[in-house]
Amino acid sequence: MSHEAGYKTGEEKLVYMANQIARFFEAMPHEEAVSGVADHINKFWEPRMRRHLFEIVARGGEGLRPLVLEAAQRVKRPREADA
Amino acid sequence: MSFVKEIDYGTPAARSDKTVTLTIDGREITVPEGTSVMRAAREAGIEVPKLCANDMVKAFGSCRLCLVEIEGRGGTPASCTTPAADGMKVSTGTERLQTIRRGVMELYMSDHPEDCPACAAGDCEMARMARTVGLKEVRYGREGENHIWPAREGKANPHFVEMDLSNPYFAYDPSQCIVCSLCVRACEESQGTFALTVEGRGFESRIAAGMHEPFLESECVSCGACVQACPTGALREKSVIEKGMPEWSAVTTCAYCGVGCSFIAEMKGEDVVRMVPYKAGKANRGHSCVKGRFAYGYAIHKDRILRPMVREKITDPWREVTWEEAFRHVANEFRRIQYQYGRSAVGGITSSRCTNEETYLVQKLVRQGFRNNNVDTCARVCHSPTGYGLKTTFGTSAGTQDFDSVEQADVVMVIGANPTDGHPVFASRLKKRLRQGAKLIVLDPRRIDLVRSPHVEAAFHLPLKPGTNAAVLNALAHVIVSEGLFDEAFIRERCDWDEFQDWAQFVLEPENSPEAVEQVSGVPAETIRGAARLYATGGNAAIYYGLGVTEHSQGSTTVMAIANLAMATGNIGRPGVGVNPLRGQNNVQGSCDMGSFPHELPGYRHISEDATRAIYEALWGVKLDDEPGLRIPNMLDAALEGSFKGLYIQGEDILQSDPNTRHVADGLAAMECVVVHDLFLNETANYAHVFLPGSTFLEKDGTFTNAERRINRVRKVMEPKNGYADWEVTQKLAQSLGLDWNYAHPSEIMAEIAATTPSFAGVSYELLDREGSVQWPCNEKAPTGTPVMHVGGFVRGKGKFIRTAYVATDEKTGPRFPLLLTTGRVLSQYNVGAQTRRTANVVWHEEDRLEIHPFDAENRGIRDGDWVKLASRAGETTLRAKITERVAPGVVYTTFHHPATQANVVTTEYSDWATNCPEYKVTAVQVTPSNGPTEWQEDYEALSRRSRRIVHVEAAE
Ligand code: SF4
Ligand code: SF4
Ligand code: FES
Repeated sequence: MSHEAGYKTGEEKLVYMANQIARFFEAMPHEEAVSGVADHINKFWEPRMRRHLFEIVARGGEGLRPLVLEAAQRVKRPREADA
Repeated sequence: MSFVKEIDYGTPAARSDKTVTLTIDGREITVPEGTSVMRAAREAGIEVPKLCANDMVKAFGSCRLCLVEIEGRGGTPASCTTPAADGMKVSTGTERLQTIRRGVMELYMSDHPEDCPACAAGDCEMARMARTVGLKEVRYGREGENHIWPAREGKANPHFVEMDLSNPYFAYDPSQCIVCSLCVRACEESQGTFALTVEGRGFESRIAAGMHEPFLESECVSCGACVQACPTGALREKSVIEKGMPEWSAVTTCAYCGVGCSFIAEMKGEDVVRMVPYKAGKANRGHSCVKGRFAYGYAIHKDRILRPMVREKITDPWREVTWEEAFRHVANEFRRIQYQYGRSAVGGITSSRCTNEETYLVQKLVRQGFRNNNVDTCARVCHSPTGYGLKTTFGTSAGTQDFDSVEQADVVMVIGANPTDGHPVFASRLKKRLRQGAKLIVLDPRRIDLVRSPHVEAAFHLPLKPGTNAAVLNALAHVIVSEGLFDEAFIRERCDWDEFQDWAQFVLEPENSPEAVEQVSGVPAETIRGAARLYATGGNAAIYYGLGVTEHSQGSTTVMAIANLAMATGNIGRPGVGVNPLRGQNNVQGSCDMGSFPHELPGYRHISEDATRAIYEALWGVKLDDEPGLRIPNMLDAALEGSFKGLYIQGEDILQSDPNTRHVADGLAAMECVVVHDLFLNETANYAHVFLPGSTFLEKDGTFTNAERRINRVRKVMEPKNGYADWEVTQKLAQSLGLDWNYAHPSEIMAEIAATTPSFAGVSYELLDREGSVQWPCNEKAPTGTPVMHVGGFVRGKGKFIRTAYVATDEKTGPRFPLLLTTGRVLSQYNVGAQTRRTANVVWHEEDRLEIHPFDAENRGIRDGDWVKLASRAGETTLRAKITERVAPGVVYTTFHHPATQANVVTTEYSDWATNCPEYKVTAVQVTPSNGPTEWQEDYEALSRRSRRIVHVEAAE
């Protein structure tokens, strides 16, 4: 069927999701917010998704909210075999 | 073969701590004060004849058959309306009484058809009572004035009323009616619909539905309570009329909604004759709705696929194969995919419609067999935020109460739920409590039925703009904190006082004030204040919420905001209060409990916990992946990017139930082996390579867990028409993949669950047979389960207050899409409708309609019933409009029970920030007049037709 995709794809969506998480934790004291975002991503993001996140951050993290960038330093690196 | 028969005690149980002792026919019996003499007698083993009483409704005392003599009192009082008293001496069977009873019965019988088919079948109490009282002949004959004959000697009988066959499931034959009013009382008291009345007086009186209408056209919701109550053949199930009386029966659990009603399945051979709600069932207490009682016909519908099928490409027709070939094919494909694309290129989806045991096996197959954690469930799209939110705040991912708790609530707040349609039996119990005087607060964009229905009216209705739940809840908290209505003692004892203060400071911020929130939500500040005061100070306050809370980008935030409110006001940890998610499907709770999410093992234990993994590793003999797996939307993303290729889907129709149909379709189309295991060729099957026929709840043993954490037994009453119960299919698939599984019966699967999951440690089929049902946690500390949670303290230790800032959804209205679409369901249909559409329930809901306010309709030149185009950023579809003031201006509403509607072509992929639960409840749309289906609908229709072709092979087995 030839319909143009009516949805976000790949990285665009990942950036959106990360920012959404950040916006919830932004209401909290800074330290809690940073660990909250990192912890959430570690707990719920599959290695493929975390690897994409690191790729986005490595390219300068365009579009990511500052809290995500800060939290990314505490996100677990996926093992090579998984990603 | 046994027959489950429940005793009818004649009048409802009395609730009192005081007891009285009396003697009946020489037998001494002690009963709670307020018990009727009739019930006391039955408890003593003495059956007093009766026609107009049963133990589900209040006694009325009209038939005069239950008369007794009481020493020292004159006359012959009716035992059903006479309360037992201390020292009473009652006789129930004297000759004087029998003579009066014979006289009464003789009168009744003179106006009862001699050839009453129900009497002949043993389905009419009249014949039985006549025998009981020793009535031999009817002296008056049936020649005088009566209701029996349509006409006599060419003259029409003015008292005769035609049969009403309008309801698809039951018949009303007025000639057999004795006007005992049991049906009227059942409709009022058990169901709360007030559809029936007694018309006329004396001999003239007759039962009528609505304003003297056929049942189908009245406000009757076809719950069947009146049919169950009717002592004669006047109201009878059509199935019983057709098939005759049942021969054997078994107790089982409804497979529709999260109420989880217990039923006696009454059978004739392998045929269901009728479903009778089970009075001992603790979720429903003998009541049910139209779906559970009547809509089981899909189980034998001709559309059911009974043979496995395979095809190379989704454009090929289906080819019937043997089970062996199907299993071999799937095993080979999944192995090939994992070899070619990596271990994490495959996954599975468990079903909220299947049993706990079946769900457990699917996640086990993924974790042990596929060696990854790519397992998810359709609970993702409904209640995943409940799990996340309640776990974070209270420490368990489940509701806090049992349904009985509502009987002790003084204030009930219903948020984003429509219980009369979605959870009908709970709604009936709630309405009963409201009629007794409890107060109701409704937070919902639509004026749902509960807001105003017979004898029920909400104290406050907060018609908030879709997407502003969190804001309104924060404003309620603002009022409670600023007016000092919180429960300090409770908070100091059960929560962390510093965390409370931090939260209090947050809710007091000006953007959370009722005035500020009025701006975003459209709810007047004074209404918010009134509702907050009532919730905080009205006594026991309970919150019930539904998908209108969870299916939002702030779903998890809102669940936590609800938990905050309950903690702040001390409304948690005892009967009558609590936080209660109303679950959609029958086993949503169970499928979550069973480890269906990609980040956790059964019992909500995170996959990264070494100790938990060790339990399963020891038992299953493999090393488990400690990384979370993909969720459904992530699986589809990964498929589109080429790293996810194979999916086993048990009993779910993700193409129809998940948001943004195109994303799902493209994702599925990008996979190499999609296995659909279901009853019907559902929409997802259009993209499948393998179809494994599924079985219905009537064809298997197992358990479902309802919204109150209640584990109910499902019992097999017929052989699977497809050959195997679903758990057997998964087991055989696992065996083909080389796993050493040898469960002989689902009880063995439950034994494994109990052995590995602390909150299920005490659960076994023996216990369930003994207790009927138990609510988890069920273990050493709570050997018969836990009706109310967090008594004396929270499961996580201290209850946690969380800041729940309101973040507006990105799905915003604008000039192109000026209206907000929200979605829901109706009573007669269920979820994507695959089952209910295949029953006579379609008479109540032939199609999905778009509800639109008269103002918005007029602006667009739309008339009631017109075809309209519904368009969003994601896509467009067409359906017919229904003009109603139930929705506010600016809001439109539809259901998603029919595939042709394709409402999810329109919904976007915005989702809950924490769980990716899709934002079904808010989509910016435009509505315009239209004259037919969209291009997508036409293309899709063509695709469906093409993809459902089956090449039948002779003697495939
Ligand atoms: S089926 Fe239910 S709603 Fe309809 S009349 Fe009977 S009791 Fe009332
Ligand atoms: S659908 Fe729900 S309310 Fe209706 S009978 Fe089944 S479990 Fe009960
Ligand atoms: S049963 Fe008591 S009067 Fe009918």
